[in-house]
Amino acid sequence: MTSDMVVVRKEGLYCVPGQFYIDPWRPVERAVITHAHGDHARGGHRHYLAATPGVGVLKSRLGDIHIDGLAYGETVVHNGVTISLHPAGHVLGSAQVRMAYRGEVWVASGDYKVEADSTCTPFEPVRCDTFITESTFGLPIYRWQPQQDVYDDINDWWRANAAQGRASVMQCYSFGKAQRILSGLEADIGPIVCHGAVQTLNTVYRDSGVWLPPTVMVGDVDKEDLKRALVIAPPSAAGSPWVKRFGDFSDAFASGWMQLRGARRRRGVDRGFVLSDHADWPGLMQAITATGAERVIVTHGSIAVLVRWLQQQGLQASGFDTEYGDDEADDAGVGNAASSAADNASGTADNASGTATATADVAATATANVTANVTAASAEAVSTDAPPAGARHA
Amino acid sequence: MRDFALLYAELDETTSTTRKLNALQQYFRTAAPADAAWAVYFLAGGKPRQAVPTKLLRQFAIEYSGLDDWLFDECYHAVGDLAETIAHILPPPNQPSEIGLADWIELGIAPLRGAYPGTVRSALLLYWDQLDTRERFLLTKLIGGGFRVGVSRLLVTRALSAIAGLDSKLIAQRLMGWTDGSVKPTAAGFQQLIAEHTEEEHAQRGGQPYPFFLAHQLDREPEALGELSRWQVEWKYDGMRAQLVSREGQNWLWSRGEDLITERFPELAVLRLPDGVVIDGEILVWHGGDAPAPFADLQKRMGRKQVSARLLGELPAVMVAYDLLEYEGRDLRTLPQAQRRAMLEQLVATLQVQQGAPQLRLAPVIRADSWKQLAEIRAESRQRGVEGMMLKAADAQYGVGRTKNVGTWWKWKIDPYSIDAVLIYAQAGHGRRASLYTDYTFAVWDEAGEGEGGRKLVPFAKAYSGLTDAEIAKVDHAIRRTTIEKFGPVRSVTPSMVFEIGFEGIASSPRHKSGIAVRFPRILRQRQDKTVDQADTLDALKSLLVAP
Repeated sequence: MTSDMVVVRKEGLYCVPGQFYIDPWRPVERAVITHAHGDHARGGHRHYLAATPGVGVLKSRLGDIHIDGLAYGETVVHNGVTISLHPAGHVLGSAQVRMAYRGEVWVASGDYKVEADSTCTPFEPVRCDTFITESTFGLPIYRWQPQQDVYDDINDWWRANAAQGRASVMQCYSFGKAQRILSGLEADIGPIVCHGAVQTLNTVYRDSGVWLPPTVMVGDVDKEDLKRALVIAPPSAAGSPWVKRFGDFSDAFASGWMQLRGARRRRGVDRGFVLSDHADWPGLMQAITATGAERVIVTHGSIAVLVRWLQQQGLQASGFDTEYGDDEADDAGVGNAASSAADNASGTADNASGTATATADVAATATANVTANVTAASAEAVSTDAPPAGARHA
Repeated sequence: MRDFALLYAELDETTSTTRKLNALQQYFRTAAPADAAWAVYFLAGGKPRQAVPTKLLRQFAIEYSGLDDWLFDECYHAVGDLAETIAHILPPPNQPSEIGLADWIELGIAPLRGAYPGTVRSALLLYWDQLDTRERFLLTKLIGGGFRVGVSRLLVTRALSAIAGLDSKLIAQRLMGWTDGSVKPTAAGFQQLIAEHTEEEHAQRGGQPYPFFLAHQLDREPEALGELSRWQVEWKYDGMRAQLVSREGQNWLWSRGEDLITERFPELAVLRLPDGVVIDGEILVWHGGDAPAPFADLQKRMGRKQVSARLLGELPAVMVAYDLLEYEGRDLRTLPQAQRRAMLEQLVATLQVQQGAPQLRLAPVIRADSWKQLAEIRAESRQRGVEGMMLKAADAQYGVGRTKNVGTWWKWKIDPYSIDAVLIYAQAGHGRRASLYTDYTFAVWDEAGEGEGGRKLVPFAKAYSGLTDAEIAKVDHAIRRTTIEKFGPVRSVTPSMVFEIGFEGIASSPRHKSGIAVRFPRILRQRQDKTVDQADTLDALKSLLVAP
């Protein structure tokens, strides 16, 4: 156990021989960042390392940080640990962290999605001995439709609204989900209006060479044309004066959580589109199998379920308690974020076998802190229609 | 099935009444009449009995999906709905079908009722393989007997009235009896529902009641209603709303849920009323004296289909009449309240002279000089065994459902009983509240055991409603933090939260651990100013029982 390459410390996931952290939640000397979502990329670290395509987003969100970019697949050696970053297919610049030390290979997945989309480099399985995987949608009820079907549904909804002279307001996270939806829109249906928070990130994507359809700010469109528009805005804009200007609009929400009626109805929108930037249950299975890992450590999401399932499949499996919320937890309403935190805690208790490092104390702190974060995030969500810079997700 | 599944999804997703109405109209315009007939039945609140026991549904779904029991249960707890869980975990369908709703119900589901498990199994596997996720969800709901949809009967009535070009009151009248299971929904039935109005229609009603007129909660000071003299004031009884229909020499008794309950109340079935009379009123158990018996006594009668002579003697039912909807076969609903009241008084008086008829009582009209005096009388509600007062506009017509367009009935209820209790168990909710702990069990201190292990918390009520979503989220989180043990979906928690629980009635009950049963318990607010030790005691709760 003492020889584990990666352990949980109060600051975050820690690579012991490399003496650096992966997506730490407290300020540290050296941080490798898997992607720029707020629960993985926090401010205050002395030194950052991230995949080159993600550097632009990190800078736009965290401001003036000391950061190095590493191209996908290239290696850098730190305290004897060979580090390389590999595409995770989650958002622009998202990476899995591969660490090789004395012939042993560990990979930390960060957040990932196995279906390729045109806004980021597709997920690549990386062979390893130990795989640290997320489990946001780690239940067999989560099985995604091919994304083109969802894009078609979104376009149909938009077209029907436009025909009735009604704007279509799509709520989704500004970073990642928004651009992915944009990439699937049929731009000839009407104008595409983006909230400022979304537009900022569109610019970063376009600068990185990602093609997105033309988008405009609300001030650039005639009032008449707004009635045919598709509007992309962060959930925090719901109910704000900004969104009220669209008059009698139809609203929708795009997230993996929209798979369930309960979550959809809690949202109170006209349509819930099931579109996630995380792996579904079959995706998790596919990714885990492809690594060839004999040992799997499960983080944020359905830890207890996935650990038990993997153990049944004959793998050595255990859980890590982290402070990664999940970026889609807010989508489902306040309940799920809290529940994943609590379930994380129980996951450790039930499956203490693998990881000696995740002590009861850590679990308790983790739960408490996640609560604080969730509260902060929901407070932001109601108080402003600007992107909640830095903190969690816009 | 696909069209109905699509309609269901649209109704389920939007909160906008206009869009629900549009979706309904669109469906009724295009659906085959036989399918539309069944759609009306389900949307208007028809509740078919369960065709296949939940246990079998679950078992066959687990087999078909190849999941372990524990993993299925994890899924179920996350989803909070069996049919939805099943819809998500089954493999994709291989043989999509175009079978319509009516055929699914009559040829697909009906034969499953009481069939051998083996037959049910092969049928279910075949059905599930023909339907997509949305359709599977619906089919499984219909089979499991738990179909509910977020649309009011009034809205269905409006949609039908729009496509038929008929007055919605006429549609509402024709809809009576559609959902009680006594008439099978058919294509011809649907066509009659939206057909032109005919003169014979009134005579063809058989024992059908009228749509019930429902009251609104008074949400302001009664003085705001203007002159007291314009209002007819009655007691608000805590019984069972019903219409007694007498036509063609026969009586029919209907509950508000449109269940035919004639057999359950033989003393009312034998009342000899003139032909063409419909009385609206409240069924109560009344032993004599000034006040009716508590609702708990009526409950003992409601559940029984076979009523023994002994029970009839011990728990005699009466109908307290407060409105007359039909007289000599004529629909009186458009007459002013005061005029209907005068006719009712006359009818009841005549019957009492002719037959004695103690089981038919006239609801007294309460008279006062001012709102202030009325409020003083209202303060006697508890002693009188009533829930407060009803205020009915003297010049109003008898409306349909919970409408206000032809006059309003207000219920002016007394404040509920309240007690401060401790949350000790929690269970996750369903539907919109899936994966959130929203159903709570509350306890008070039983000091009887003092000396031997000290006082204990004894559960006395379960409550679900009363908190806002934000409050639920906080309580949900606290529950997860203070969980002691999990028993399936239920968690026991370290007592830490005190809530003020309101309820409408209280009665002794040997069946409950606490020895009492409360009626309509709900959460009034969280008492963050109180510690667990300061919660109320069982003795305090029992002191609310009216002395016998």
